Amino acid sequence: MNFEEYRAKPLLVKSGIAVPDSDLASDAATAKAIAERIGNCVVKAQVPTGKRGKAGGIKLASSPDEAKAHAEAIIGMEIDGHRVEKVLIEAQVPIAKELYAAVLNDALSKNPMVLFSMMGGMDVEEVAETDPDAMRKIPVEITKGFDLAAARRALEGCGLAEAEQAVADVLVRLYQAYRELDAELLEINPLVLTSDDRVIALDCKLTIDDSASPRQADIAEQAAPEIMTELERKAQAAGLKYIALGGSVGVLANGAGLTMTTMDAITHYGGKPANFLEIGGEAYTKAKIALSILLENTDIRSLLVNFCGAFARTDVMTEGLVAAWKELAPDIPIFFTIHGTGEEEAVKIVKEQLGIEPFDLMDDAVRAAVTAAAEAA
Amino acid sequence: MIVRKEHKVLVQGITGKQGTFWTKAMQDYGTTVVGGVNPKKAGSQHLGLPVYATAVEAARDQELDVSVMFIPPMAAKAAAIDACEAGVKMVVCLTEHIPAHDVMEMHAAAASNGVRIVGPNTAGLVTPGECFVGIMPAFNSNVFQPGEIGVISRSGSLGTLVSLNLTQSGFGQSAFYGVGGDPMIGTNSRDALEILNADESTKAVVLCGEIGGSAEESAAEYAAAMSKPVVAFIAGRASPPGKKMGHAGAIVSGSSGAYDSKRAALEAAGVAVADVPSQIPVLLKEGLDRKAA
Repeated sequence: MNFEEYRAKPLLVKSGIAVPDSDLASDAATAKAIAERIGNCVVKAQVPTGKRGKAGGIKLASSPDEAKAHAEAIIGMEIDGHRVEKVLIEAQVPIAKELYAAVLNDALSKNPMVLFSMMGGMDVEEVAETDPDAMRKIPVEITKGFDLAAARRALEGCGLAEAEQAVADVLVRLYQAYRELDAELLEINPLVLTSDDRVIALDCKLTIDDSASPRQADIAEQAAPEIMTELERKAQAAGLKYIALGGSVGVLANGAGLTMTTMDAITHYGGKPANFLEIGGEAYTKAKIALSILLENTDIRSLLVNFCGAFARTDVMTEGLVAAWKELAPDIPIFFTIHGTGEEEAVKIVKEQLGIEPFDLMDDAVRAAVTAAAEAA
Repeated sequence: MIVRKEHKVLVQGITGKQGTFWTKAMQDYGTTVVGGVNPKKAGSQHLGLPVYATAVEAARDQELDVSVMFIPPMAAKAAAIDACEAGVKMVVCLTEHIPAHDVMEMHAAAASNGVRIVGPNTAGLVTPGECFVGIMPAFNSNVFQPGEIGVISRSGSLGTLVSLNLTQSGFGQSAFYGVGGDPMIGTNSRDALEILNADESTKAVVLCGEIGGSAEESAAEYAAAMSKPVVAFIAGRASPPGKKMGHAGAIVSGSSGAYDSKRAALEAAGVAVADVPSQIPVLLKEGLDRKAA
């Protein structure tokens, strides 16, 4: 889950990292009032994406009226698919140097990694790509942690001079916050050195591991809402992952790998999958709600059911699905292919209750579903 | 390692509903389960087996080779570290949705104790006709038959489908290796290739990958030097980028983890890549025939 800047920055402050004075506004009049209090300011769109500056969502203002005008222009803007509802009015600071600092999960080393660069700012991705040496990557052993000595070693020879101690301190605090928050990524860009020798986080990007939400419940509540359709939201509320794909062949399978494979096979045989929706793992008892979500998509012309039970019992999935199918009685053809745990019982249920013979080969079931969808179009 | 019937298996979380169901299935199939763990029921018997408070305590009482975890996500770290400290050779971690920071600590414990972790989020390991550890339908003879093909899969459901396709075409399997769908797994596809390459009963390998991460690219590097034929299928060609497709590991962001790069890397390494799983047996036969010629 992702967090907007105004949600993430207080978490940095809690860890002892300084940020500029700021306040939140959801209308232009409030923006003006805040600017009157804090003086020269920056008006910043609050959306969970890194493309705000380039999209015109961050503007400097040297008077309250200018802040008001910028707020008017920015609120309601769409940036990277997100509508701007709020702006942060933040005090300007005298920037001497823009740095970059982050901590993230490194899948390759299966450990945290601290990143640091003297060349922070809007173009840091390009810097990292064109001049890899400009981005220091410091591997951390999770059981050993990252202390001040490690931070100072990481910064050696960067040319920070007197600021080195203060930046090292920020890196240590950033690492601690990353650990406490179960972050996948905690990034400060830019981390600025001011002309009056302070170290201040001007922005903050935070992604927290979804799997950690049970133990990060308070913070998880503040996560930015994900962009999703009504159906995707409904599925999420039911504990299912639904993604609309725009085609006409509905897909219901168990397990992410099998579901993706089913979508691939539909495409291979000339059809277009309508959705990703799987009821594998712990969700294998949710066939009924899954089917009702699928059928709300009015573009569906045929439904392909592909069960390959390992942990997920095909008899349990099939029983739920067939009961829901009879209850909802949709006017589209349905095709089955069922194998694995509980297969015999599952096949029997489909035959006896729907009078349908499941296909032995997945490819035959896919071809039949694709043909039926094409004929109904 | 490949699981064998002489391996002594401990089941962490043996008394739960799934732990009970799958322990029975493993016993019936031929797996040597020697005990279980549940701190609240230590000292009792379950399915005719002793229940211990911890894996470390179980190891004091008897010899162990493998531990398999039926443990919920928030308790998984402690259980995995317990198993590592008990000195088992391999921990099979079935749990999905373990917090990533916990997973990193699990891997650190495994490394410092010299233990192999399979998973997290694996469906387990099957040695057809002999034994299995995990939640795979080993006992379904339409799906698994003893034979000479090694199967590696990030996904349990896709691994089941591919094993079924092989069996339907007359190819039995020497071993099924579920490596798991998480982004940070203890045994990756390349490691599994290495294990199956060293196994004398395996004549060829099927690699079932999926979009996201760099496991297939890394496996391709190893496959290039193998003399056994390798056939691959990668799920997710029709999946849109930027969306997590159920598995935390299956997400394409930018060009990283995309289908095309995986396929190109595998093909450059001499691996035949199937468009749909049903092509796998055909490509396998071609590979084995070429090798015999």
